[in-house]
Amino acid sequence: MKKADLKKTFEPLTTGVFKNNATFRLVLGTCPTLAVTTSAVNGLSMGLATLFVLVCSNALVSMLRNFIPRKVRIPAYILVIATFSTLVEMIMRKFLPDLYESLGLFLSLVVVNCILLARAESFASLNPVIPSVLDGIGIGLGFTFSLTLLGFIRELMGAGSIFGYELGFLVEAGLPMTVFILPAGGFMVYGFMMVIFNAVVKTVENKLAARKAAAGGDE
Amino acid sequence: MPYVLLLVINAVFVNNFVLSRFLGICPFLGVSKKTETALGMGIAVIFVMGVASVITYAIDLALVAGGMEYLRTIVFILVIAALIQLVEIFVKRFSPSLYSALGVYLPLITTNCAVLGVAIMNVTELAEVNVLYAFVNGVASGVGFTIAILILAGIREKLELADIPDSFKGFPITLLSASIIALSFAAFSGLSF
Repeated sequence: MKKADLKKTFEPLTTGVFKNNATFRLVLGTCPTLAVTTSAVNGLSMGLATLFVLVCSNALVSMLRNFIPRKVRIPAYILVIATFSTLVEMIMRKFLPDLYESLGLFLSLVVVNCILLARAESFASLNPVIPSVLDGIGIGLGFTFSLTLLGFIRELMGAGSIFGYELGFLVEAGLPMTVFILPAGGFMVYGFMMVIFNAVVKTVENKLAARKAAAGGDE
Repeated sequence: MPYVLLLVINAVFVNNFVLSRFLGICPFLGVSKKTETALGMGIAVIFVMGVASVITYAIDLALVAGGMEYLRTIVFILVIAALIQLVEIFVKRFSPSLYSALGVYLPLITTNCAVLGVAIMNVTELAEVNVLYAFVNGVASGVGFTIAILILAGIREKLELADIPDSFKGFPITLLSASIIALSFAAFSGLSF
Protein backbone atom coordinates (compact mmCIF):
# COMPACT_ATOMS: atom_id res chain seq x y z
CA MET A 1 0.00 0.00 0.00
CA LYS A 2 1.33 3.40 -0.89
CA LYS A 3 1.94 5.97 1.78
CA ALA A 4 -0.75 8.28 0.42
CA ASP A 5 -3.34 5.48 0.54
CA LEU A 6 -2.42 4.63 4.09
CA LYS A 7 -2.71 8.26 5.06
CA LYS A 8 -6.12 8.49 3.46
CA THR A 9 -7.34 5.35 5.20
CA PHE A 10 -6.37 6.66 8.59
CA GLU A 11 -7.55 10.19 7.94
CA PRO A 12 -10.94 9.73 9.65
CA LEU A 13 -9.08 8.76 12.82
CA THR A 14 -7.23 12.04 13.26
CA THR A 15 -9.89 14.39 11.89
CA GLY A 16 -12.32 12.81 14.35
CA VAL A 17 -10.20 13.80 17.30
CA PHE A 18 -9.32 17.37 16.33
CA LYS A 19 -10.80 18.90 13.21
CA ASN A 20 -14.18 17.21 13.55
CA ASN A 21 -14.14 17.02 17.33
CA ALA A 22 -17.75 16.14 18.14
CA THR A 23 -18.00 18.27 21.25
CA PHE A 24 -16.14 21.45 20.38
CA ARG A 25 -16.37 21.63 16.59
CA LEU A 26 -19.51 19.78 15.50
CA VAL A 27 -21.40 20.60 18.73
CA LEU A 28 -23.14 17.24 18.82
CA GLY A 29 -24.05 15.17 21.85
CA THR A 30 -24.21 18.19 24.11
CA CYS A 31 -26.65 16.69 26.62
CA PRO A 32 -24.36 13.96 27.98
CA THR A 33 -21.40 16.31 27.61
CA LEU A 34 -22.87 18.74 30.10
CA ALA A 35 -24.69 16.30 32.33
CA VAL A 36 -22.08 13.71 33.21
CA THR A 37 -18.94 15.83 33.34
CA THR A 38 -19.20 16.65 37.03
CA SER A 39 -16.12 14.48 37.51
CA ALA A 40 -13.31 13.25 35.27
CA VAL A 41 -14.10 9.56 35.89
CA ASN A 42 -17.73 10.01 34.87
CA GLY A 43 -16.70 11.88 31.74
CA LEU A 44 -14.17 9.22 30.81
CA SER A 45 -16.55 6.31 31.29
CA MET A 46 -19.37 8.02 29.42
CA GLY A 47 -16.93 8.72 26.59
CA LEU A 48 -15.83 5.09 26.47
CA ALA A 49 -19.41 3.80 26.53
CA THR A 50 -20.26 6.09 23.62
CA LEU A 51 -17.06 5.06 21.81
CA PHE A 52 -18.04 1.41 22.04
CA VAL A 53 -21.60 1.98 20.81
CA LEU A 54 -20.36 4.27 18.03
CA VAL A 55 -17.80 1.78 16.69
CA CYS A 56 -20.29 -1.11 16.77
CA SER A 57 -23.16 0.84 15.23
CA ASN A 58 -20.92 2.36 12.55
CA ALA A 59 -19.66 -1.10 11.62
CA LEU A 60 -23.13 -2.63 11.46
CA VAL A 61 -24.71 0.27 9.61
CA SER A 62 -21.85 0.18 7.11
CA MET A 63 -22.30 -3.56 6.57
CA LEU A 64 -26.03 -3.14 6.05
CA ARG A 65 -25.76 0.03 3.96
CA ASN A 66 -26.78 -1.69 0.72
CA PHE A 67 -29.71 -3.54 2.28
CA ILE A 68 -31.48 -0.79 4.19
CA PRO A 69 -34.10 0.94 2.03
CA ARG A 70 -33.58 4.68 1.91
CA LYS A 71 -37.03 5.49 3.29
CA VAL A 72 -36.79 3.57 6.54
CA ARG A 73 -33.12 4.23 7.17
CA ILE A 74 -33.52 6.46 10.22
CA PRO A 75 -35.64 3.97 12.23
CA ALA A 76 -33.23 1.22 11.15
CA TYR A 77 -30.21 3.18 12.41
CA ILE A 78 -31.99 3.97 15.67
CA LEU A 79 -32.76 0.30 16.15
CA VAL A 80 -29.10 -0.65 15.58
CA ILE A 81 -27.91 2.04 18.00
CA ALA A 82 -30.54 1.12 20.60
CA THR A 83 -29.44 -2.52 20.52
CA PHE A 84 -25.83 -1.69 21.30
CA SER A 85 -26.65 0.93 23.91
CA THR A 86 -28.92 -1.53 25.72
CA LEU A 87 -26.03 -4.00 25.62
CA VAL A 88 -23.68 -1.46 27.23
CA GLU A 89 -26.32 -0.65 29.81
CA MET A 90 -26.75 -4.30 30.77
CA ILE A 91 -23.00 -4.99 30.95
CA MET A 92 -22.37 -1.92 33.09
CA ARG A 93 -25.24 -2.70 35.43
CA LYS A 94 -23.81 -6.17 36.02
CA PHE A 95 -20.11 -5.38 36.36
CA LEU A 96 -19.89 -1.69 37.35
CA PRO A 97 -23.00 -0.97 39.44
CA ASP A 98 -21.54 2.20 41.03
CA LEU A 99 -20.78 3.75 37.69
CA TYR A 100 -24.20 2.66 36.44
CA GLU A 101 -25.78 4.60 39.30
CA SER A 102 -23.78 7.77 38.77
CA LEU A 103 -24.33 7.92 35.00
CA GLY A 104 -27.98 7.05 35.60
CA LEU A 105 -30.47 8.15 33.00
CA PHE A 106 -27.79 9.25 30.56
CA LEU A 107 -26.63 5.74 29.89
CA SER A 108 -30.02 4.90 28.41
CA LEU A 109 -29.92 8.20 26.60
CA VAL A 110 -26.79 7.21 24.62
CA VAL A 111 -29.36 6.01 22.10
CA VAL A 112 -30.53 9.55 21.31
CA ASN A 113 -27.03 10.98 21.31
CA CYS A 114 -26.99 12.91 18.05
CA ILE A 115 -23.34 11.95 17.38
CA LEU A 116 -24.34 8.34 16.75
CA LEU A 117 -27.13 9.12 14.32
CA ALA A 118 -25.09 11.84 12.63
CA ARG A 119 -22.14 9.50 11.97
CA ALA A 120 -24.41 6.66 10.84
CA GLU A 121 -26.16 8.98 8.40
CA SER A 122 -23.27 11.07 7.14
CA PHE A 123 -20.39 8.56 7.21
CA ALA A 124 -21.17 4.89 7.85
CA SER A 125 -24.04 4.69 5.38
CA LEU A 126 -21.77 5.91 2.56
CA ASN A 127 -18.45 4.19 3.33
CA PRO A 128 -17.09 0.63 3.60
CA VAL A 129 -16.66 -1.09 6.95
CA ILE A 130 -13.02 -0.31 7.78
CA PRO A 131 -13.14 3.48 7.29
CA SER A 132 -16.44 3.51 9.20
CA VAL A 133 -14.90 1.72 12.15
CA LEU A 134 -11.92 4.09 12.06
CA ASP A 135 -14.27 7.05 11.89
CA GLY A 136 -16.11 5.63 14.91
CA ILE A 137 -12.86 5.27 16.83
CA GLY A 138 -11.72 8.77 15.88
CA ILE A 139 -14.95 10.54 16.74
CA GLY A 140 -15.36 8.40 19.86
CA LEU A 141 -11.83 9.20 21.06
CA GLY A 142 -12.38 12.90 20.40
CA PHE A 143 -15.61 12.73 22.41
CA THR A 144 -13.92 10.82 25.24
CA PHE A 145 -11.06 13.30 25.25
CA SER A 146 -13.32 16.35 25.50
CA LEU A 147 -15.55 14.77 28.14
CA THR A 148 -12.59 13.80 30.28
CA LEU A 149 -11.09 17.26 29.90
CA LEU A 150 -14.35 19.01 30.87
CA GLY A 151 -14.84 16.61 33.78
CA PHE A 152 -11.25 17.17 34.91
CA ILE A 153 -11.63 20.95 34.93
CA ARG A 154 -15.01 20.95 36.64
CA GLU A 155 -13.89 18.44 39.27
CA LEU A 156 -10.70 20.36 39.99
CA MET A 157 -12.40 23.75 40.22
CA GLY A 158 -15.59 22.57 41.86
CA ALA A 159 -14.53 19.86 44.29
CA GLY A 160 -10.76 20.32 44.50
CA SER A 161 -9.97 16.77 43.43
CA ILE A 162 -8.37 14.97 40.49
CA PHE A 163 -9.91 11.70 39.33
CA GLY A 164 -11.51 11.29 42.75
CA TYR A 165 -8.37 12.04 44.81
CA GLU A 166 -8.93 15.07 46.97
CA LEU A 167 -6.19 17.67 46.99
CA GLY A 168 -6.09 18.74 50.64
CA PHE A 169 -4.27 22.04 50.17
CA LEU A 170 -6.81 23.24 47.60
CA VAL A 171 -9.73 22.46 49.87
CA GLU A 172 -8.05 24.08 52.87
CA ALA A 173 -7.33 27.21 50.88
CA GLY A 174 -11.06 27.35 50.14
CA LEU A 175 -10.49 27.32 46.39
CA PRO A 176 -13.17 24.88 45.23
CA MET A 177 -16.25 26.70 43.98
CA THR A 178 -19.39 24.59 44.03
CA VAL A 179 -20.77 26.50 41.07
CA PHE A 180 -18.52 24.49 38.74
CA ILE A 181 -20.29 21.29 39.70
CA LEU A 182 -23.69 22.94 39.26
CA PRO A 183 -25.33 23.07 35.82
CA ALA A 184 -24.36 26.73 35.41
CA GLY A 185 -20.69 25.81 35.71
CA GLY A 186 -21.13 23.14 33.06
CA PHE A 187 -22.38 25.66 30.52
CA MET A 188 -19.66 28.10 31.48
CA VAL A 189 -16.69 25.70 31.29
CA TYR A 190 -18.03 24.28 28.02
CA GLY A 191 -18.37 27.78 26.57
CA PHE A 192 -14.86 28.84 27.51
CA MET A 193 -13.33 25.54 26.36
CA MET A 194 -15.00 26.01 23.00
CA VAL A 195 -13.52 29.50 22.71
CA ILE A 196 -10.03 28.15 23.43
CA PHE A 197 -10.41 25.12 21.16
CA ASN A 198 -11.68 27.26 18.28
CA ALA A 199 -8.85 29.74 18.70
CA VAL A 200 -6.21 26.98 18.79
CA VAL A 201 -7.59 25.13 15.78
CA LYS A 202 -7.79 28.38 13.83
CA THR A 203 -4.21 29.32 14.65
CA VAL A 204 -2.91 25.87 13.71
CA GLU A 205 -4.85 25.89 10.47
CA ASN A 206 -3.55 29.34 9.58
CA LYS A 207 0.03 28.23 10.29
CA LEU A 208 -0.40 25.10 8.18
CA ALA A 209 -1.88 27.12 5.35
CA ALA A 210 0.97 29.63 5.58
CA ARG A 211 3.55 26.82 5.51
CA LYS A 212 1.83 25.23 2.55
CA ALA A 213 1.79 28.54 0.72
CA ALA A 214 5.50 29.07 1.51
CA ALA A 215 6.38 25.54 0.33
CA GLY A 216 4.34 26.07 -2.83
CA GLY A 217 6.23 29.29 -3.47
CA ASP A 218 9.60 27.48 -3.28
CA GLU A 219 8.78 24.88 -5.86
CA MET B 1 -54.09 17.41 43.94
CA PRO B 2 -51.18 18.83 45.99
CA TYR B 3 -48.93 16.23 44.38
CA VAL B 4 -49.89 17.46 40.92
CA LEU B 5 -48.97 21.01 41.88
CA LEU B 6 -45.69 19.81 43.29
CA LEU B 7 -44.94 17.92 40.10
CA VAL B 8 -45.59 21.03 38.03
CA ILE B 9 -43.38 23.32 40.12
CA ASN B 10 -40.69 20.69 40.20
CA ALA B 11 -40.68 20.09 36.45
CA VAL B 12 -40.98 23.72 35.38
CA PHE B 13 -38.66 25.45 37.83
CA VAL B 14 -36.70 23.32 40.28
CA ASN B 15 -35.58 20.55 37.97
CA ASN B 16 -35.98 22.43 34.72
CA PHE B 17 -35.27 19.98 31.92
CA VAL B 18 -32.78 22.09 30.06
CA LEU B 19 -31.16 24.13 32.76
CA SER B 20 -30.71 21.63 35.52
CA ARG B 21 -31.14 18.17 34.00
CA PHE B 22 -29.35 18.89 30.72
CA LEU B 23 -31.93 17.22 28.53
CA GLY B 24 -32.80 18.63 25.13
CA ILE B 25 -29.72 20.80 24.83
CA CYS B 26 -29.39 20.26 21.07
CA PRO B 27 -32.65 22.01 20.13
CA PHE B 28 -32.06 24.46 22.99
CA LEU B 29 -28.88 25.65 21.28
CA GLY B 30 -29.93 24.92 17.71
CA VAL B 31 -33.40 26.44 17.42
CA SER B 32 -33.06 29.44 19.71
CA LYS B 33 -32.03 32.09 17.21
CA LYS B 34 -35.47 33.71 17.03
CA THR B 35 -38.28 33.87 19.57
CA GLU B 36 -40.94 32.74 17.06
CA THR B 37 -39.13 29.57 16.06
CA ALA B 38 -38.29 28.92 19.70
CA LEU B 39 -41.97 29.17 20.58
CA GLY B 40 -42.92 26.82 17.73
CA MET B 41 -40.39 24.26 18.93
CA GLY B 42 -41.59 24.67 22.50
CA ILE B 43 -45.22 24.03 21.64
CA ALA B 44 -44.31 20.99 19.55
CA VAL B 45 -42.29 19.62 22.45
CA ILE B 46 -45.09 20.18 25.00
CA PHE B 47 -47.51 18.40 22.69
CA VAL B 48 -45.30 15.40 21.95
CA MET B 49 -44.13 15.03 25.55
CA GLY B 50 -47.69 14.95 26.85
CA VAL B 51 -48.79 12.31 24.36
CA ALA B 52 -45.57 10.29 24.64
CA SER B 53 -45.77 10.22 28.45
CA VAL B 54 -49.20 8.60 28.41
CA ILE B 55 -48.40 6.05 25.71
CA THR B 56 -44.99 5.00 27.04
CA TYR B 57 -46.50 4.69 30.52
CA ALA B 58 -49.14 2.29 29.22
CA ILE B 59 -46.52 0.28 27.32
CA ASP B 60 -44.29 0.12 30.36
CA LEU B 61 -47.12 -1.51 32.33
CA ALA B 62 -47.15 -4.25 29.72
CA LEU B 63 -43.36 -4.57 29.76
CA VAL B 64 -43.23 -4.84 33.56
CA ALA B 65 -46.04 -7.39 33.54
CA GLY B 66 -44.01 -9.45 31.07
CA GLY B 67 -40.81 -9.01 33.07
CA MET B 68 -39.03 -7.34 30.16
CA GLU B 69 -37.87 -4.04 31.66
CA TYR B 70 -34.51 -4.33 29.91
CA LEU B 71 -36.27 -3.69 26.59
CA ARG B 72 -37.42 -0.25 27.80
CA THR B 73 -34.92 1.87 25.89
CA ILE B 74 -35.43 0.12 22.55
CA VAL B 75 -39.20 -0.02 22.80
CA PHE B 76 -39.56 3.56 24.01
CA ILE B 77 -37.41 5.08 21.29
CA LEU B 78 -39.23 3.15 18.58
CA VAL B 79 -42.60 4.10 20.01
CA ILE B 80 -41.59 7.75 20.19
CA ALA B 81 -40.26 7.73 16.63
CA ALA B 82 -43.46 6.11 15.37
CA LEU B 83 -45.58 8.40 17.51
CA ILE B 84 -44.02 11.51 16.05
CA GLN B 85 -44.72 10.25 12.54
CA LEU B 86 -48.32 9.56 13.54
CA VAL B 87 -48.73 12.93 15.20
CA GLU B 88 -47.34 14.57 12.08
CA ILE B 89 -49.82 12.80 9.81
CA PHE B 90 -52.67 13.47 12.22
CA VAL B 91 -51.93 17.15 12.65
CA LYS B 92 -51.43 17.58 8.90
CA ARG B 93 -54.84 16.07 8.24
CA PHE B 94 -56.89 17.76 10.94
CA SER B 95 -55.19 21.04 11.64
CA PRO B 96 -53.19 22.34 8.68
CA SER B 97 -52.65 25.67 10.42
CA LEU B 98 -51.01 24.01 13.43
CA TYR B 99 -49.03 21.83 11.04
CA SER B 100 -47.61 24.77 9.15
CA ALA B 101 -46.84 26.48 12.47
CA LEU B 102 -44.90 23.50 13.78
CA GLY B 103 -43.27 22.89 10.42
CA VAL B 104 -39.93 21.14 10.54
CA TYR B 105 -39.86 20.98 14.33
CA LEU B 106 -42.07 17.92 14.59
CA PRO B 107 -39.68 15.45 12.89
CA LEU B 108 -36.73 17.07 14.66
CA ILE B 109 -38.16 16.08 18.02
CA THR B 110 -37.27 12.42 17.40
CA THR B 111 -33.69 13.18 18.30
CA ASN B 112 -34.65 15.37 21.24
CA CYS B 113 -33.44 13.36 24.20
CA ALA B 114 -35.86 15.21 26.46
CA VAL B 115 -38.79 13.19 25.14
CA LEU B 116 -37.14 9.84 25.81
CA GLY B 117 -35.82 11.30 29.06
CA VAL B 118 -39.26 12.20 30.35
CA ALA B 119 -40.65 8.81 29.29
CA ILE B 120 -37.96 6.92 31.19
CA MET B 121 -38.13 9.27 34.15
CA ASN B 122 -41.89 8.80 34.45
CA VAL B 123 -41.49 5.09 35.04
CA THR B 124 -38.26 5.09 37.05
CA GLU B 125 -38.03 8.26 39.12
CA LEU B 126 -41.50 9.49 40.05
CA ALA B 127 -42.52 8.79 43.63
CA GLU B 128 -46.13 8.01 42.76
CA VAL B 129 -47.11 7.06 39.26
CA ASN B 130 -50.38 6.81 37.43
CA VAL B 131 -51.45 7.94 34.00
CA LEU B 132 -52.49 11.39 35.18
CA TYR B 133 -49.20 12.09 36.96
CA ALA B 134 -47.21 10.86 33.96
CA PHE B 135 -49.21 13.15 31.68
CA VAL B 136 -48.83 16.15 34.00
CA ASN B 137 -45.12 15.53 34.36
CA GLY B 138 -44.73 15.30 30.58
CA VAL B 139 -46.61 18.51 29.87
CA ALA B 140 -44.93 20.43 32.71
CA SER B 141 -41.49 19.32 31.54
CA GLY B 142 -42.39 20.59 28.08
CA VAL B 143 -43.45 23.92 29.57
CA GLY B 144 -40.13 24.13 31.42
CA PHE B 145 -38.31 23.51 28.14
CA THR B 146 -40.35 26.21 26.41
CA ILE B 147 -39.64 28.80 29.10
CA ALA B 148 -35.91 28.11 28.97
CA ILE B 149 -35.67 28.23 25.18
CA LEU B 150 -37.77 31.42 25.02
CA ILE B 151 -35.51 33.21 27.49
CA LEU B 152 -32.40 32.16 25.57
CA ALA B 153 -33.94 33.18 22.25
CA GLY B 154 -34.75 36.61 23.66
CA ILE B 155 -31.16 37.05 24.77
CA ARG B 156 -29.75 35.83 21.46
CA GLU B 157 -31.85 38.30 19.51
CA LYS B 158 -30.20 41.08 21.47
CA LEU B 159 -26.77 39.50 21.09
CA GLU B 160 -27.08 39.83 17.31
CA LEU B 161 -26.50 43.54 17.73
CA ALA B 162 -23.67 43.25 20.23
CA ASP B 163 -19.99 43.52 19.42
CA ILE B 164 -18.60 40.09 20.34
CA PRO B 165 -14.94 38.97 20.11
CA ASP B 166 -14.35 36.67 17.15
CA SER B 167 -13.69 33.42 19.01
CA PHE B 168 -16.79 33.93 21.15
CA LYS B 169 -19.16 34.22 18.19
CA GLY B 170 -21.84 31.57 17.70
CA PHE B 171 -22.02 28.74 20.18
CA PRO B 172 -19.59 29.91 22.88
CA ILE B 173 -21.45 33.13 23.67
CA THR B 174 -24.75 31.21 23.61
CA LEU B 175 -23.37 28.72 26.13
CA LEU B 176 -22.18 31.52 28.38
CA SER B 177 -25.62 33.17 28.26
CA ALA B 178 -27.16 29.79 29.06
CA SER B 179 -24.78 29.51 31.99
CA ILE B 180 -26.09 32.75 33.47
CA ILE B 181 -29.72 31.66 32.97
CA ALA B 182 -28.89 28.34 34.64
CA LEU B 183 -27.32 30.21 37.53
CA SER B 184 -30.52 32.15 38.12
CA PHE B 185 -32.60 28.96 37.86
CA ALA B 186 -30.31 27.35 40.43
CA ALA B 187 -31.97 29.64 42.97
CA PHE B 188 -35.19 27.66 42.56
CA SER B 189 -33.49 24.64 44.11
CA GLY B 190 -34.49 26.14 47.46
CA LEU B 191 -38.07 25.29 46.51
CA SER B 192 -37.46 21.55 46.28
CA PHE B 193 -39.48 19.44 48.68
